[in-house]
Amino acid sequence: MYGKQRIIPALILFVGVMTYPIWSSSSDAAKAPKPEKPKDYKECVAPAQFMRTTHMKLLNDWRDDILREGGSRTGHTADGTEFVRSLQNGCMKCHSNKKKFCDVCHTYTSVKPYCWDCHLQPKEAM
Amino acid sequence: MDSNRRDFLKLAGLTAVAGVAIPSAFGSLLKGEAMASGGPEPVAKTTGKRYGMVIDVKKFAENPGLAEKCINACHTNHNVPDFGNKKDEIKWIWVDSYEHVFPADSQYKRPDNLYKLPILTLCNHCDNPPCVRACPTKATFRKKDGIVGMDYHRCIGCRFCMAACPYGARSFNWRDPRGKDANGRPFIKAENPQYPTRMRGVVEKCNFCTERLAIGKIPACVEAAAEAKGLIFGDMNDPNAEISQVLKTTYTIQRNPALGTHPSLFYII
Repeated sequence: MYGKQRIIPALILFVGVMTYPIWSSSSDAAKAPKPEKPKDYKECVAPAQFMRTTHMKLLNDWRDDILREGGSRTGHTADGTEFVRSLQNGCMKCHSNKKKFCDVCHTYTSVKPYCWDCHLQPKEAM
Repeated sequence: MDSNRRDFLKLAGLTAVAGVAIPSAFGSLLKGEAMASGGPEPVAKTTGKRYGMVIDVKKFAENPGLAEKCINACHTNHNVPDFGNKKDEIKWIWVDSYEHVFPADSQYKRPDNLYKLPILTLCNHCDNPPCVRACPTKATFRKKDGIVGMDYHRCIGCRFCMAACPYGARSFNWRDPRGKDANGRPFIKAENPQYPTRMRGVVEKCNFCTERLAIGKIPACVEAAAEAKGLIFGDMNDPNAEISQVLKTTYTIQRNPALGTHPSLFYII
């Protein structure tokens, strides 16, 4: 092959550089975020997997139901615990630390929800 | 008669259009289904809940400072910012003079003390609300219990509702309500952690304390005026409610009823 003294090392270097994020363990980009769960409460308003994927829709549904349809302001978990259907007065009662719960995943996935432009986050966590 | 394919097709097309259009036009006109624009004016419902309020202006004249107490109760409850100037003012409930609250009523040869009355006013929660019709995003809506509510998430700040409201009950956030003035004083003095704030660029107004009614409380202003009995709040469609009794036995006036908005606020002057 013509010029293989240069082409082969260059190819090896190229592949090495391109695959660096895959084989290097020093980068934490691949690590999944671990939001801090509340210690005093065991059960959420819905199964964890549902909450992981659909919490934003759940919040919108609560809002539309309560604001427009006059729906109930409280709900019950699977084991019968009563909760307030509200971000500010419900969710944040258990998940009282926005930085260690909401922000962990939202920062990781580069999502910028505008909840806190209006809603007030718990004081002690700010 | 000369006839060709082109003329035949023209005639056949016209016949087909006329055959469909004429019967349907006659059908709807003769039956009286076709309405002039708008149709009949909606009339206040007599079934189901309809919250209303009676404002006894005499009680406010007798108790100086009562109106301010009501305003304070409302504005601290709902995190209403105070921008410190008239132009940017946000008001859910406020005091104005007789000629401003009742501009459509005769101002000719009225008693002088009428113009000194502190007249408390707020959103009328109309039965036929023009703001709801004007809103292009359905951010404002009329609930089944008669409350005209707002969803601040949906408000795009177009201010059509402000132009539509004949009572000036809506305010626009020209500035960030969470901000601070030049002296570092926050616009919201003490945040109520139970209630959200608003953001810059949305319209806001009184919500008849729908969040308090839901947990069995009366509106904040009514609570503040409870001792002096300045405000009477309740379901106007419930004949046994205090408000129904008051409305039945006392002469009250509404703000500009000729507009056909059917306000839920009644005044005893």
